[in-house]
Amino acid sequence: MADREERKFAEVPRDSVKLMAESVGVELSDDIAAMLAEDVCYRLREAAQNSSQFMRHAKRRRLTVEDFNRALRWSNVEAVCGYGSQDALPFRPLKEGELYFVEDREINLVELALATNIPKGCAETMVRVQVSYLDGKGNVEPQGAVPTAVQSLTDDLLKYYQQVTRAILGEDQQLMKVALQDLQTNSKIAALLPYFVHVVSGVKSVSHDLEQLSRLLHMVKSLVQNPFLYLGSYIKSLVSSVMYCILEPLAASINPLNDHWTLRDYAALLLSHIFWAHGDLVGGLYHQILLSLQKVLSGSFKKLPLGFCFLTSLCVPLQAVERVLFPHLSAYWSNLQAVLDDDSVSNAQVKADGHKVYGAILVAVEKLLKMKAQSRSVPVEGSVAVRERSFPGLSPPQEPVSEPGFGIASHLLQGAAGVPAEEPVPVPLPVMYRELYAFFGDSLAVRFSTGPGIEPRASRAAPPQPPDSKKEGMGPDTTRKMPQLTASMTISPRQDSSPRNEPSLPAVQNSSAAPSRFQRSSSSSLQRSKPPPSKAAQRSAGPTREVFQKSRFPLPPAAAPFSFLIAGRQTGRRCQGRRFQTSFPQLHPPNPSAQPPRGYAHKLPVIGRMGKPVKRWVCSQYSLHLPL
Amino acid sequence: MAAVQDGPIEPEPENEIKTETSNEVLGNPGDASGGVPPTAPVAAVATEKPAAAAADSTERQTLLAVLQFLKKSKLFESEEILRREAGLLNEIGDSQGSGAGGAGLGGGGGAEPESGDASSLLSRVAGAAATAQSANATPAPAKVTPVVTGGEDQPDVNVVLAAYSQQGDPVLYPVYYSGLKRFIDSVLDCHRAELSQVFYPLFVHMYLELVYNQYEKEAKAFFDKFHGDQECYYKDDLRILSGLTKKEHMKGNETLLDFRTSKFVLRISRDSYQLLKRHLQERQNNQIWNIIQEHLYIDIFDGMPRSKGQIDSMSGSLAGEAKREANKAKVFYGLLKEPEIEVPLDDEDEEAENEEGKPKKKKPKKDSTGSKSKKQDPNAPQQSRIPLPELKDSDKLDKIMNMKEATKRVRLGPESLPSICFYTFLNAYQGLTAVDFTDDSSLVAGGFADSTVRVWSVTPKKLRGVKTAGDLSLIDKDSDDVLERIMDEKTASESKNLYGHSGPVYGISFSPDRNYLLSCSEDATVRLWSLQTFTCLVGYKGHNYPVWDTQFSPYGYYFISGGHDRVARLWATDHYQPLRIFSGHLADITCTRFHPNSNYVATGSADRTIRLWDILNGNCVRIFTGHKGPIHSLAFSPNGKFLASGATDGRVLLWDIGHGLMIGELKGHTDTVYALKFSRDGEILASGSMDNTVRLWDAIKAFDDIETDDFTAATGHITLPENSQELLLGSYMTKSTPVIHLHFTRRNLLLGAGAYNP
Repeated sequence: MADREERKFAEVPRDSVKLMAESVGVELSDDIAAMLAEDVCYRLREAAQNSSQFMRHAKRRRLTVEDFNRALRWSNVEAVCGYGSQDALPFRPLKEGELYFVEDREINLVELALATNIPKGCAETMVRVQVSYLDGKGNVEPQGAVPTAVQSLTDDLLKYYQQVTRAILGEDQQLMKVALQDLQTNSKIAALLPYFVHVVSGVKSVSHDLEQLSRLLHMVKSLVQNPFLYLGSYIKSLVSSVMYCILEPLAASINPLNDHWTLRDYAALLLSHIFWAHGDLVGGLYHQILLSLQKVLSGSFKKLPLGFCFLTSLCVPLQAVERVLFPHLSAYWSNLQAVLDDDSVSNAQVKADGHKVYGAILVAVEKLLKMKAQSRSVPVEGSVAVRERSFPGLSPPQEPVSEPGFGIASHLLQGAAGVPAEEPVPVPLPVMYRELYAFFGDSLAVRFSTGPGIEPRASRAAPPQPPDSKKEGMGPDTTRKMPQLTASMTISPRQDSSPRNEPSLPAVQNSSAAPSRFQRSSSSSLQRSKPPPSKAAQRSAGPTREVFQKSRFPLPPAAAPFSFLIAGRQTGRRCQGRRFQTSFPQLHPPNPSAQPPRGYAHKLPVIGRMGKPVKRWVCSQYSLHLPL
Repeated sequence: MAAVQDGPIEPEPENEIKTETSNEVLGNPGDASGGVPPTAPVAAVATEKPAAAAADSTERQTLLAVLQFLKKSKLFESEEILRREAGLLNEIGDSQGSGAGGAGLGGGGGAEPESGDASSLLSRVAGAAATAQSANATPAPAKVTPVVTGGEDQPDVNVVLAAYSQQGDPVLYPVYYSGLKRFIDSVLDCHRAELSQVFYPLFVHMYLELVYNQYEKEAKAFFDKFHGDQECYYKDDLRILSGLTKKEHMKGNETLLDFRTSKFVLRISRDSYQLLKRHLQERQNNQIWNIIQEHLYIDIFDGMPRSKGQIDSMSGSLAGEAKREANKAKVFYGLLKEPEIEVPLDDEDEEAENEEGKPKKKKPKKDSTGSKSKKQDPNAPQQSRIPLPELKDSDKLDKIMNMKEATKRVRLGPESLPSICFYTFLNAYQGLTAVDFTDDSSLVAGGFADSTVRVWSVTPKKLRGVKTAGDLSLIDKDSDDVLERIMDEKTASESKNLYGHSGPVYGISFSPDRNYLLSCSEDATVRLWSLQTFTCLVGYKGHNYPVWDTQFSPYGYYFISGGHDRVARLWATDHYQPLRIFSGHLADITCTRFHPNSNYVATGSADRTIRLWDILNGNCVRIFTGHKGPIHSLAFSPNGKFLASGATDGRVLLWDIGHGLMIGELKGHTDTVYALKFSRDGEILASGSMDNTVRLWDAIKAFDDIETDDFTAATGHITLPENSQELLLGSYMTKSTPVIHLHFTRRNLLLGAGAYNP
């Protein structure tokens, strides 16, 4: 009973009273402080109740500092000065020590005084009339819409709106960043929200322009992250714009040079952010996503991977993978298989997409299996370490705080390597695994970093498992959701679509090549050393840079067994969109001229109508093709 | 014992505690005859001390200390008396303590102020003795504060509060209360609803009594245990109550003082009342009985007990229901006879012909005859009951315009709903606090939180001020268009700002002749502005606190204002002091409206009642209870028979003024109803709310459905039909704009106003 009472009101603790007394140099005994505290509480409540009256008579819903001050004034108490703002002041806690404070930023008076752009006053209050309802029926305009207040926006706001949109959609990257940053932090743009939302809803009209699309998505991101904006019903419009970027066959995707996957991935990431941050506003979003996924799965091939962008972007729908993907997979598989096996030139584009689909399914399946395994293993195993040892591949994401993060688990793996993953897992996981294995072969097995235990099962084209010395570096990091497999598809002259056919690969490399394509594995030292060269390589990539900016092509270090990085973004809750990099084992020494370019790879730039010749660079001989 | 108390309580001059003593004693219910000025505080100590000290060892210590003090002060006689009385009264106290009889009440009541007395004495004489008193056994130590400050306190406050002096063992309060609860739960269903009304006032008074006597813990426990049982519509009051845990706080709390000064009114049938009375007397449950006697007014009626629904519809106000007698006075709700104005027929015909051709001759005739044939309404007040200003020529012109417009008026009804135009105030930055339209809908005024009043012309005709005196002297005064010439074209603009207030403007009202504008503000003034010069003419100072609302009489000249000081004032524009002061509300007056015949004003209040006042004699002639939240809008029907009221609870209630009855409840709004307006012919009631909707209600149906038979009228027991949905003709969303004013033009176009609130 007593604590129910406590909960009803905020109470000023005795200590606060003492503290305040001390600050003015008065020592209080506990009794007096307690009495004072109680009195303070009562007075505060009284003042709050009185101030609500001023709010009601001002016909407002929000209690302002002014109201409170009026209440104080009428009870012959000095008003509190310095807080007369219309907006709510940010009240925030300090993490270290339980300290709460009102953010009171310092104002540089000199700067303010010498500023040349003196802000104009508020816009003139005006009255506008519109016929809302004729003869009690017929809405002239949709109910609840925003009044046509364009002309009522202040000049400043209008100018701001024009500048910001121009900056975001314009050429200057730096300017865009500034604009986006401001959009994210500006507290006074609520009136402009409808206009920005309108701009964003223009995605459909620029679906041919990836650059513009991604800029619009950036804008969405900034709007969503702006703490001062209440998105309200506009969130629906924003979500539909983002969904459009994920789901629709964008005009831009016709051109294979366009890295629309990055865009879709980004959009999916954004959607997941909206989903987590504003889920309350978009009720039913989750189900909507599931529905569209299901539709995509049972529909044509073209749309499938897009659904997976969803899948991989949202953390929750692991169950969805199980529920939606798994039953549909076998039916779909033949479809995909046919695409992937078709080597004709005309199929090149589709095939390239097909590989992405493959990769996406693989990741999704991996997550699913891991989840299942985890859910099985958790009750059994007491500690992470124990679980690590017995289920090396199935361990839950060991996500170290710093990137690159393979360190923690890798030493565990050392001892664990070679333990077959599926052995301790009872049905139905093994059943599922077996079924999936039938589709994916070893590439699935390798994703779990399993040892030779699965080897006998590798029914088709399973290359020998990499030796343990290699495995050492392969961390069990499972957080990668969507690998960026786009890299060499269009740049590099295509090699053999299947490594099996490659004639002269060193045994070790050959054996490790295929399965490790999908694992992000590297020794930590390698990870540290690689990014700089990869950036250098990117810088040299010239016109292709922009399109493939998410990919990292490291210069193959001479001695390192790995030469390939797959870069992308880790999505999901834990990683918060952190980038990941995956290195791939080097297939063979760099030798651009050695491999005869495949036919359609030649053609690709032509399809893309790329003006400048695509630079062939060191990594061009690498294939991202998966062994099937 | 009573004799002893009454007699010698005169304070000795050197004794500083005198005022406190007298105050406390005066207000004590145990001392019904305590009006006699006290003569000797020492004697008072001697007589009353023991009762409090009864069966309490710590009290005994106090007693000894007092005796010591008396000895020291060489007041041997008093000491002797005290000694004697102490021994004697101790025995009495013991026997009373177990019996808890009526006598105990008096003794206990008398004891209370004395313990304070004693402690103040002690605090001066022997601090050790004072601290020896344990706090929970006697409130004495904490009472030191009131004793010290008591001298400056307003005596009436103390009198009021002193009624809460100790009347029994606080520990037993929950027992009493739950005992009564058990009893009421066990009675027949038909009585239970009626008797349950007792719970809330009883709960509040018991709680306050505990707080007053500084049983903080007990009070808190009592509150926690039983506040859940109270009706949900009391939750606002309960919230205030729960914050109040100290006796010191009670003094500053006006709400509580009101609760105390006014008796909570309950209407209970005779049968139910007998049941309750019998029960309490059987149990000798004097605590409860005393509270009922002192703080409750039970309005007993003969006949069937009321149902729960009937009770709920009428209860909810701060002080219970209105007494039946309160609504018995005769109200002349009829309209005054319209002055006969000769409508210039020719003129109109000409116009009509110009516009639409010939067949117009009938209408103006009908109209003029219509107004002429209007006979004196039997319910109307005498034409001269309230002196009204004489019509000026311009007024007559306006009346003629009005009639002309009226002929073109759209007949409204469920099938033909009005068109709605919405005036949106843009860039008001949450600052729009009040709106008014002129009757002819040519001007709109807004009051703002930044203390300004702005007037806009909503016709193409711009607002112009009169020329300066110097320029005026140059005008040819005999010219026909002199009225046009005096205007200064240079000042023409679409809107004018009126500066003068020093606080948010909470209410504004145009005069019927459109020459003046009234505004009331937080700065406690009402200002009269000229719409000819756009300057302030008068600042009416009379209110001491923010003025929440003001309105011109439909005939001009008079206006009414009401505010935080819980008083409504009637003013005339040419008097700087109010003509009438209407006092009776227990909380802020939140809205004020004139009756169409200008003989009455209605005031809505935060005490959740509506009162109708007679301007002639200042009497309160109607009290309407039933709202569950502060009332923020009122509207009289054009025929003067009905009143509609809207409150923060989102409900609109309809009242029959003549019978003093609630006749309808319109549910639909989800937030405070800030605007109510009847259409020109009273067929439609429009309501506007914070929930961004305008709703239209079928007023004719709502009023027709009610059959006010004699019985209902006599008892006031109404059963409201649950027909809100049938009456709702339409609900219209605005664009994120709370509706704060509604107005029907003379042709029945509905105008709404509010500030866009993104």
